[in-house]
Amino acid sequence: MARFVLKTNINGEEREFLADERDSLLDALRERAGLMGAKEGCNNGNCGACAVVLDGRLVNSCCVMAAEVDNSEITTIEGLAEPDSLHPLQETFLENAALQCGICTPGFLMSAKALLDSNPNPTEHEIRWWLAGNLCRCTGYDKIIRAVQDAAERINS
Amino acid sequence: MQTVTYQRASTVNEAIALLSDGGENARVLAGGTDIIVQARERARTVDSFVDIKHIPELMTFNYNTSDGLSVGAATPVYLLYNDNDIQTHYPALVEAITVIGGTAIQGRASLGGNLCNSSPAGDSLTSMMALGAIANIAGPNGERDVAVSEFFTGPGRNILDLGEFVVAISFATPPANSGAAWQRFIPRNEMDIAVVNCGSYVQLDGEIVTDARIALGAVAATPIMVPAAAEALIGRQITDETISAAAEASYEAATPIADMRGSVKQRKHLSKVLTQRTLDIAVERARG
Ligand SMILES: Cc1cc2nc3c(=O)[nH]c(=O)nc-3n(C[C@H](O)[C@H](O)[C@H](O)COP(=O)(O)OP(=O)(O)OC[C@H]3O[C@@H](n4cnc5c(N)ncnc54)[C@H](O)[C@@H]3O)c2cc1C
Ligand code: FES
Ligand code: FES
Repeated sequence: MARFVLKTNINGEEREFLADERDSLLDALRERAGLMGAKEGCNNGNCGACAVVLDGRLVNSCCVMAAEVDNSEITTIEGLAEPDSLHPLQETFLENAALQCGICTPGFLMSAKALLDSNPNPTEHEIRWWLAGNLCRCTGYDKIIRAVQDAAERINS
Repeated sequence: MQTVTYQRASTVNEAIALLSDGGENARVLAGGTDIIVQARERARTVDSFVDIKHIPELMTFNYNTSDGLSVGAATPVYLLYNDNDIQTHYPALVEAITVIGGTAIQGRASLGGNLCNSSPAGDSLTSMMALGAIANIAGPNGERDVAVSEFFTGPGRNILDLGEFVVAISFATPPANSGAAWQRFIPRNEMDIAVVNCGSYVQLDGEIVTDARIALGAVAATPIMVPAAAEALIGRQITDETISAAAEASYEAATPIADMRGSVKQRKHLSKVLTQRTLDIAVERARG
């Protein structure tokens, strides 16, 4: 089987599409499922731009084979906002100017969401440690950290 | 990516059959954080991935006071470091696995993968060696147990034969009055490969050392045990002097190469410093 039918639930929707056995999950999302939100920064696990949530766990989709995720549940950046409102993290990233070129942003948002889901009140140290696998060449990180702190406050209030 | 097939094993025997039939270029796929990148960058020839994550016993772990800890080889490390028993009884393991990559890597990376990737710098390896961990291996000729300290044969190479794979890694229950610790040196705080890493274990009877194990990583072609460091401690009083003598033995045992991460001189020095620091903590833990 070079091509195979991949069945997954992506952002709450049952999806079925053809993928190649050589595809990473990132390839399958972008090239087969048409979801361009997850970005390819390094394609080797170091930058976090491709981060998605796979069966409840944050993973780098470039380090997962598409064939592995048959019958899994995936949340991508496209599933973060509500139909008519942004996720608090998206709001605070905008308010804090926590992005410039934006390549790293989907990965930071998915990673930060996974953090706040498991630890609603993280310290600055915990935020920096959790986001260590996400690289940003533009912002210098401080604005990203502030955006995550603001989002935590907004969600908890 | 090179052309690869993907196969899922749901039992240990099925995995052995797929690996035996697949030959040398059939590779176990655990968390994939090493092998997928290596296959993509053609650092390794891979014709087929044998996914072992659907074998139930590969994805769980068990601790009890009589048998100790047994970790299914493909269990992602974040499940291990979040576990109360592992935090309480194996802090040296937690110290190593919390620094393997970042959050998204730890959601997938496994002890079996770190072991079988067999990098001289693999962070959990010196921790497992200090703890006296055993690899439980299954293959076409049955099962065998090999100490992690005897597992490596060179950079990226190990004792596994065709068709064999690691099913679990076992750790004895830490004896009374024992303690272990692990540290690495890297230029940043996270997300980097160790310049040197070190795991130490001691068991005390009062102030006398009755057992000790010191392991060093990234200072030779494989992670190494330092028997001379253990000998400098066993049967002696635990003092700053005996710890210094053990650290000196690590300095002598380290035969590193120089590369972009560190010089020979720096790595030898770090071997000494990390031995001393991990021993200090291990002793503190042994005293309780
Ligand atoms: C960004 C990034 C940062 C990293 N940082 C670190 C770090 O700080 N420290 C560190 O030590 N490592 C690090 N790594 C390397 C890697 O994450 C670890 O080695 C990890 O433990 C590998 O586990 P895995 O389950 O993903 O292995 P896989 O990639 O699935 O497998 C690794 C190798 O072992 C074989 N294998 C896996 N399981 C078995 C088994 N049970 N039996 C037989 N063979 C098996 C595979 O065939 C393959 O050759 C990093 C990797 C990335 C991408
Ligand atoms: S593209 Fe996946 S981690 Fe960089
Ligand atoms: S905004 Fe450009 S890399 Fe982060």
